[in-house]
Amino acid sequence: MTPTDRLFSKTHEWVKFDGDKAAVGISDHAQESLGDITFVELPPVGKKVVKGKACCVIESVKAASDIYAPVSGEIAEVNREAVAKPELINQDPYEKGWIFKIKDVSKSDMVDLMDAGAYDAFVDSEA
Amino acid sequence: MSYIANTARQQEEMLRVCGVSSIGELFKDIPENLRPRSFSLPRGKSELEVHQILERYAAQNYSHLINFLGGGFYDHFIPAAVDAIASRSEFYTAYTPYQPELSQGTLQAMYEFQSDVCRLTGMEISNASLYDGGTALYEACQMAIHATGRPKIIVDGGVNPIYRKMLYSYTANLSIDFCEIPVSHGQSDREKVFAALDESTAGVVLQNPNFFGVIDNHADIVDKCHSLGILAVQSVYPVSMALLKPPGEIGVDIVTGEGQSLGIPLSFGGPYIGFMATSKKLARKMPGRIVGRTVDGQGREGFVLTLQAREQHIRREKATSNICTNEALCALRVHAYLSLLGSQGLREVAELCLNKAAYAKNRFKAISHVKVMETSPTFNEFTLLLPMDAAEAAGKMIERGFAPGFPLGRYYPGMENYLLVAVTEKRTRYEIGAFAEALEDVLRSFAPQPTLSENT
Repeated sequence: MTPTDRLFSKTHEWVKFDGDKAAVGISDHAQESLGDITFVELPPVGKKVVKGKACCVIESVKAASDIYAPVSGEIAEVNREAVAKPELINQDPYEKGWIFKIKDVSKSDMVDLMDAGAYDAFVDSEA
Repeated sequence: MSYIANTARQQEEMLRVCGVSSIGELFKDIPENLRPRSFSLPRGKSELEVHQILERYAAQNYSHLINFLGGGFYDHFIPAAVDAIASRSEFYTAYTPYQPELSQGTLQAMYEFQSDVCRLTGMEISNASLYDGGTALYEACQMAIHATGRPKIIVDGGVNPIYRKMLYSYTANLSIDFCEIPVSHGQSDREKVFAALDESTAGVVLQNPNFFGVIDNHADIVDKCHSLGILAVQSVYPVSMALLKPPGEIGVDIVTGEGQSLGIPLSFGGPYIGFMATSKKLARKMPGRIVGRTVDGQGREGFVLTLQAREQHIRREKATSNICTNEALCALRVHAYLSLLGSQGLREVAELCLNKAAYAKNRFKAISHVKVMETSPTFNEFTLLLPMDAAEAAGKMIERGFAPGFPLGRYYPGMENYLLVAVTEKRTRYEIGAFAEALEDVLRSFAPQPTLSENT
């Protein structure tokens, strides 16, 4: 089930507000398409990220893929556990497999993101 | 020599398969004004004629000279077994493996080569070769810039000037800020290098032994770099690694070098082979192919190309490098050479180079008006100060049957009278003596200048 407590981008990242920070990860559909994830290159804390621009890389057995910032802001926290155990992103993409958190997010950046229902329909339409 | 036949009948058949009636129609998508009006090709030549032409070209080579020329490429002995192994058709005819894991033998050879490079340099990880020493240095600079996110590279004046030239032409259209620091008394100028290090510096490029043949322990520079988050890059002469402290032991971050001296004959323009080694921490920033050893589903040992996700066929414009291939056959030669010699054998080669160079230094000191530069310890290459233009003297030495060395004025203005001389295990006491006598003879025909000027 696609969780309903967060929003999704067309590039298959999710964003979930957690206090004043927005946690970001990749969707279950994304992790399944990538296959076994072998490496995560996290952005440095303090880095300014821009909505729609690549800000970190994850490598799987199939490909190296960019993760695009779904909203603009500054990297506030990164998930070091996911570096040590990249398989967390495969096993639990929505909770333990979060990748980074962004602060100073503008709500206006959220308008074109999709809710769970719209995202599921988007994934179906892409297939 | 075999020619590929292309008869009128075959041409017709090919055109029929393509579904066109003439060669003109085949090229009709190219606008008329962009097509060549004529290829102006001479008529075909017979096998005998081709032989004669090529023999005439080959006779223009000066391959008969007794070689005292180095400058990054050295005349070392190559055991016949290296040629025998490298010319086996299983290796020789195989181009870069597009389905790499099918070629387990080739992958194993590359893996062994990587292991050789790691052992020689004292580093953790190596790739399966780069084009040559100069491009390897360029790749190292790119790595330092990617890894640190900083724009400046400091280049020591003791780095091979040919490599430096390559570095600058490779990066002509990139915004890399290069800062070159001339050597002082033949060694890295600590004061100036330290003063140039700052928070925008990505890497410092050093060479050991440096272009003047001088052995320089760069440990102090490496430490200083690390205190500022700067990567230390060192280009090395692999044969010397058998005697010198390996860069891994002084904390160098990226080691590169030219592998020609390990079983690859001297030739005009190569093919030569670059090598690179680094720490595990920087493995993902390392360009080119890396072969890994693993086990298959049934626990059998096998070799694979690994970390390919960094490469441009997957990461496209975000790849860490645009290198598309490697020097597999040369890498195989390097591995064959090192395997035949073993660590003891390589050490003996290095000792012979060191000792024969020391003997030559002593012999050359006896030549009047020639000064052997001895401000710093050297490996197998050293500088002579002549009482005349070194390039002119070199020309006279060639007439006497010697490739006498590298006239430094070619790359170092003000050093027109300096000659860089290399001595390998192949040089004999007789040849060294004959060189000295020939040089004496050359100098006699020039009036000696009353005073010598020094500027190193």
